Amino acid sequence: MKLTKVLMAVAIIATTLFVGCSPKDADIKAAIEEKIKTTPAMTGATVEVTDGIATISGEVKDGECKTMCEKEIVGMKGVKSVVNNCTVTPPPPPPAPVVIAADDALTKAVTDAVKDFPGVMADVKDGVITLTGEIKKDALKKLMPVLQSLKPKKVDNKLTVK
Amino acid sequence: MSLQDKYKQLTDAATAAGVSNLQVREQDNVLYIDGTAPSGAVKDELWNTYDSIDPNFTSGDLVMNVNVDVAASVTKVKVTTESSNLNIRKGPGTDQPIVGKAAHGEIITLVSQSNAQWWLVRTDDGEEGYAYAQYLTPEA
Repeated sequence: MKLTKVLMAVAIIATTLFVGCSPKDADIKAAIEEKIKTTPAMTGATVEVTDGIATISGEVKDGECKTMCEKEIVGMKGVKSVVNNCTVTPPPPPPAPVVIAADDALTKAVTDAVKDFPGVMADVKDGVITLTGEIKKDALKKLMPVLQSLKPKKVDNKLTVK
Repeated sequence: MSLQDKYKQLTDAATAAGVSNLQVREQDNVLYIDGTAPSGAVKDELWNTYDSIDPNFTSGDLVMNVNVDVAASVTKVKVTTESSNLNIRKGPGTDQPIVGKAAHGEIITLVSQSNAQWWLVRTDDGEEGYAYAQYLTPEA
């Protein structure tokens, strides 16, 4: 009877120690998740752990982050191996090129815009509006927004501001 | 200093002021800022900021196309010329014949703003044609 109790106690202690040496999957998962949370480069990754095998998935920023995720986790306690199923977020598409108005339409629109600004001469070539002459500051602040909304390539302002 | 850096104060202000569809692009050493401002005051403020970074707009390295969003529900506009009458023309362009005039301060009907620079308007006298949008202010 006494021996049985001793044996049982030994068994319980051994089990506890064994578990202590090799963390449960849930604990490993929690530790990895904590690591992901505190490591900006690992943002986007999720993890599942089965029998010490960590499977990471989700979308991370770039290839470097993907490699880094694996390296970080491989060295963690209780992790036997890592299956890296992370995908890399594709880079955003380049912005659409700026559309420049054709000279004919632009010339007409510029003529309309400067009509009420005596003393201002405007010339349009290859999308560039060149302004010469003179203008008052108040008038310049009215004219410029109009000209820059006509989709010119640029406005070359050579006006003398009075 | 890159153009984005030079005009960072401006793009930040545009974002903070709630400019929608904001696009900041650089092409052939010119920065293009496009967007829709929630009000005329926001647009004016952005132009003041632009003027403070590039006094008198002489650098030629920025094209800012920020227009004020005019709600589709707006049907009345006020003639906000300096003091003169506003020409109403047969078509969109100063090369078009004048078909009528609206007095300074007069409130007229906005029919269509399909053309950004020239809005189709109608006076109370029934004269209909195109007027330069720069001189029209939407009535709330």
